[in-house]
Amino acid sequence: MALYSEKVMDHFRNPRNVGVIEDADGVGEVGNAKCGDIMKIYLKIENGIVEDVKFETFGCASAVASSSMATELIKGKPVSEALKLTNQAVAEALDGLPAYKMHCSVLAEEAIKNALEDYYKKHPEAKRD
Amino acid sequence: MYIYADNAATTKMSRAAIEKMTPYLAECYGNPSALYSLGQRAKDALEESRETVARLIGAEPREIVFTSGGSESDNQAIRSAAEAGAKKGKRHIVSDAIEHHAVLHTLKRLEREGFEVTLVPVTPEGIVEPDVVRAAIREDTCLVTVMTANNEIGTIQPVKEIGKICRARGVLFHTDAVQAVGHIPLSVGELGVDLLSASAHKFHGPKGVGFLYAKRGTPLANLIEGGAQERGRRAGTENVAGIVAMAAALEEAVAGIERNAKRLIPLRDRLIAGLSKIPHGALNGDPVRRLPSNVNFCFEGIEGESLLLLLDDRGIAASSGSACTSGSLDPSHVLLAIGRPHGVAHGSLRLSLGEDATEEQIDYMIEATSDVVSYLRGFSPVWHDLADRKAEFVL
Ligand SMILES: Cc1ncc(COP(=O)(O)O)c(C=O)c1O
Ligand SMILES: [Zn+2]
Repeated sequence: MALYSEKVMDHFRNPRNVGVIEDADGVGEVGNAKCGDIMKIYLKIENGIVEDVKFETFGCASAVASSSMATELIKGKPVSEALKLTNQAVAEALDGLPAYKMHCSVLAEEAIKNALEDYYKKHPEAKRD
Repeated sequence: MYIYADNAATTKMSRAAIEKMTPYLAECYGNPSALYSLGQRAKDALEESRETVARLIGAEPREIVFTSGGSESDNQAIRSAAEAGAKKGKRHIVSDAIEHHAVLHTLKRLEREGFEVTLVPVTPEGIVEPDVVRAAIREDTCLVTVMTANNEIGTIQPVKEIGKICRARGVLFHTDAVQAVGHIPLSVGELGVDLLSASAHKFHGPKGVGFLYAKRGTPLANLIEGGAQERGRRAGTENVAGIVAMAAALEEAVAGIERNAKRLIPLRDRLIAGLSKIPHGALNGDPVRRLPSNVNFCFEGIEGESLLLLLDDRGIAASSGSACTSGSLDPSHVLLAIGRPHGVAHGSLRLSLGEDATEEQIDYMIEATSDVVSYLRGFSPVWHDLADRKAEFVL
């Protein structure tokens, strides 16, 4: 068996939504160089919808693939739905991750949540539901 | 192009070794302990292999114990010296921070059993200094264990000098020579070691077979109890075919040491020079006191597993000391010991050349590595911060 599913390798080799949003409405960064995975998520939000999302990742293949898949899962979705993204959903969408790589999907979930928190902080007028 | 550049992990078996071993699987399959001729022929092959191995490292046949490989040899050597030491009330062992886990984990276990272990630090180039070892030896030291060459960064240790110190102090000396045997000239007499570990699959022999050299008179404790094989020092029906193949592979490897070094060192240095052009990267280990096949770099702002998988896509098989490739949270203890910070140690790459490496392959590896490193840096938040001067470059 290969180390990773074909989905993981596809998102690793051709990551979606890579990059930076200069005037982002929310930015989230998690992880640290010590543990070996760092993710940064940039959000553009309009009328309560995630209009655009970009990521930068320092990490292993499953960290890159998890970031890529997580951004795909929230792009175009209402903020309320993006907030409900779970690491299981990310891992499932990737056709699974090896057990010792599940922390990468957790980081992806946390990075998105951090970015959304940052959005609420910067936009106190936005209401949560 | 396909380039196998992970020869420090394992090597392809030599043709000669495969040819020598097959009769001992297919026809001469007798148990060497048996009295009929089929068994005795296997026994003869076993003892001939012992003579070959002994001759090639400058030992006596009775000083060679066949084992299942490097890990077992390390375990047996260290436990033997520890048990012998404990009988005299000596429960202190000196080693260093960059040993293989087969040594380090054995020492950890001995610590739990009441031994005291001093792991001396290494220089930033990854060298164990003889004076530091000398200073660490105490009245109750029963063993010094320092590897001949490091498996990650390829540094060749001053084993001969350390051997002299140990002899003068009357302390047993073991060296893990798994990466050195068959790759650099080596004789146990010259090194002044009491115990030496080797593994066949690192010099084009089969996996799961190796040997332990124990100088005549050195007490050996049994790890595996059972029959009287290996003169009672290692039970279990011998891996005759594997041992025969190991001897054949070692014969070939030792005969080629000088020729291979002449060919490989310029190729290794070409690879080092090429990779040195990648900004904010650095060679790990010593540029000169280094195995002819070993190249190891750290590149800032990237992570090793991603680098390896993208190199694999380009037909290059390599390895890394990143945490994600080891399955633990910490990157290589060797890179940390030579002073690389955690974040930098994650971005390491080891290319260990085969004897058949070519200049064309070297240039291809330089180009592929440069491309992949810049690609990964392109979306690395760590690199981004470094480039924006929000963080300081280390390399
Ligand atoms: C320096 C060193 N010691 C010990 C070992 C273990 O050898 P083996 O795989 O034969 O058990 C290795 C190989 O990984 C090694 O490189
Ligand atoms: Zn990871």
